[in-house]
Amino acid sequence: MIVRIIDLMRDNLKRVVRLCYVGLALLVVWDVLLVDKEHAHTWFEKLPGFWAVFGFVACVVIILFSKWFGHLGIMTREDYYDR
Amino acid sequence: MIGNFWLHPTLIYLVGALLLPLIPRELKKPYLVVVPVLAFMDVLFMTGATGTHGVVQYMNWTLIFGRVDALSLVFAHIMTLMCIIGTIYGLHVERDTEHMAAWTYVAGSLGVIFCGDYLVLFLFWELMAFSSVFLIWFRGRKQSLGAGYRYLLVHTAGGLFLLAGLVLRYQATGGDLSFGPIGVDHATLPTYLILIGFILNAAVPPFHAWLPDAYAEATVNGAVFMCAFTTKTAIYALARAFAGMEILVPLGVCMALYGVVYAVLENNTRKLLAYHIISQVGYMVAGVGIGTQLAINGACAHAFAHILYKGLLFMGCGSVLHMTGKSNFSELGGLYSRMPRTFIYTLIGGLSISAFPLFSGFVSKSMIVAAGFEAHSNLPAFLLLIASAGTFLHTGLKVPYYIWFGKNNCSTETCEKAKDPPMNMQWAMIIASFLCIFIGCYTPYLYNMLPYPVAAAEYHPYTAYHISESMQILLFTALGFFLLLKKLTPEAKISLDMDWFYRMGGRAFYWFARKPVQWADNCVNEAYRVIGLIPLMTTAKFWSWFDWNAIDGVVDGVAYTVRGVGSRLRVLQSGQLQYSIFYAVSLVAIVLVIYVFA
Repeated sequence: MIVRIIDLMRDNLKRVVRLCYVGLALLVVWDVLLVDKEHAHTWFEKLPGFWAVFGFVACVVIILFSKWFGHLGIMTREDYYDR
Repeated sequence: MIGNFWLHPTLIYLVGALLLPLIPRELKKPYLVVVPVLAFMDVLFMTGATGTHGVVQYMNWTLIFGRVDALSLVFAHIMTLMCIIGTIYGLHVERDTEHMAAWTYVAGSLGVIFCGDYLVLFLFWELMAFSSVFLIWFRGRKQSLGAGYRYLLVHTAGGLFLLAGLVLRYQATGGDLSFGPIGVDHATLPTYLILIGFILNAAVPPFHAWLPDAYAEATVNGAVFMCAFTTKTAIYALARAFAGMEILVPLGVCMALYGVVYAVLENNTRKLLAYHIISQVGYMVAGVGIGTQLAINGACAHAFAHILYKGLLFMGCGSVLHMTGKSNFSELGGLYSRMPRTFIYTLIGGLSISAFPLFSGFVSKSMIVAAGFEAHSNLPAFLLLIASAGTFLHTGLKVPYYIWFGKNNCSTETCEKAKDPPMNMQWAMIIASFLCIFIGCYTPYLYNMLPYPVAAAEYHPYTAYHISESMQILLFTALGFFLLLKKLTPEAKISLDMDWFYRMGGRAFYWFARKPVQWADNCVNEAYRVIGLIPLMTTAKFWSWFDWNAIDGVVDGVAYTVRGVGSRLRVLQSGQLQYSIFYAVSLVAIVLVIYVFA
């Protein structure tokens, strides 16, 4: 059953992707319009969609920084220690 | 337990392990389940028996084996529970010694959790290191042998720091060995030495490289045990002694981010998970450093949740390794149609570690972050949130995507072998998956066990704001992942880490031993031959006469006795150092059991 659901999603990949974008947009709309931000710890958390931007930027920064760091010479061939 | 009777769960595991080889084959599987269940029940019954038990007078010292309070109970609960799951996962393992090593390791962990003084702590601390190393060696690869020795070396060094710290502390305090809040406001040299001993086991950088090195080389079953016990026992020790130690906050935050960065680079599935242990334990270390009631609750809750979901993730990736023999992303991919159930279990582990609402991480991790904001440590709290984006990025997305989807890098052989694992492994994953979701949905189960139940009851993770915040961070991380998918393709490379220093340092030592030392040795030999030989020969003649006439009579008698004992002992010796250590450790365990019983 699991395989059939996954195959169904893969066959309709474009539709699934579009649905995901709609989901993301709805999440931000919900956050901006309905969520009570009284519990926010700082003022900038009250900016509309702050956490969405935070998550996206954090992800991009982590990937780019790590890859840059790795290619400084940290990543090396697999038999490095066997020599 | 009933009346004043108190049974140390460590004893159940040790006796259980010693009896295991005597159990008939057909009863072995039930026995393997019964022993950990007994230990778990033992801990459950302790809830009403808080206080101090198992006090032993030894020379001038009072040794405390059983301090039962809320903090030790919550850790004992999860450790014994994880032992059940881990043992079920390894039911198919035929080698008794592997189960024995695992149980002795768990026994050590519970010994630390219930101990009330540093001497007992040290004893069990070392027992953990010396028993768990077998879980690496039993993998049987050449690399595992090396990784095991490095693991032992690092932990012995950490043990020495701990020992030095407690001896100096004993001296400074005039004989105080009790294991409790160490006085973080007046930290002195012994405090820092003990701290180093503890944070080495918690894998705090720069003392962390042993963890990915060892866990990626351990047996499939061994890694499931190892990922739960060493670091979380260290968190227990830190929470007990170092709550509120401020330096732990920056250290913990660095850990959380460090693990994330290395996980991006990692090509080995279990090594990636190992780096994420470092990252997640970073939250707990930071929580201990913040030190408020909410933060300590958070550290304990997160350790509890972490043991389950990390165990689940190691079981999932371990199943792939067990079935296909592969653990590199660059040799896997597209397995969803072949191992669909393993995919679902691993995904549940991934969603739990990423702190999705309704999964266990959501109700535990957020407690530490909230404690950070509450203590006005905004920067650490934001940095921890960045790390949590990284957690989802790797464990929730990269691991499932590159094993079960993505480009299929499997060889035909790998593809043919790939199937969902045997039912015992699946049952262990089903139990762990259930608990991950159960903890996330029904918070009182975990919250009522925490050391500060009042503070825990006041904390509500399911507010609209918190859900919205988490979902935005997580889902937009997913967006970033899919947009940068090409960048993330795992490369068939390894990443150099802090272990470089001792691995290459070891090589420099070899070179030094081979070249300069050997040369000096030759010189000395030559000089010795010329200067020393003639007087030596004269003396030797005298001693030879003395030996012939006087000593031989005595020695011969002794020699016959030694030969008799020696021929019996020889049976035990296969010449391999691991086995010798194993016998030595077993002997210590037996002595300990006799000692505690007597």
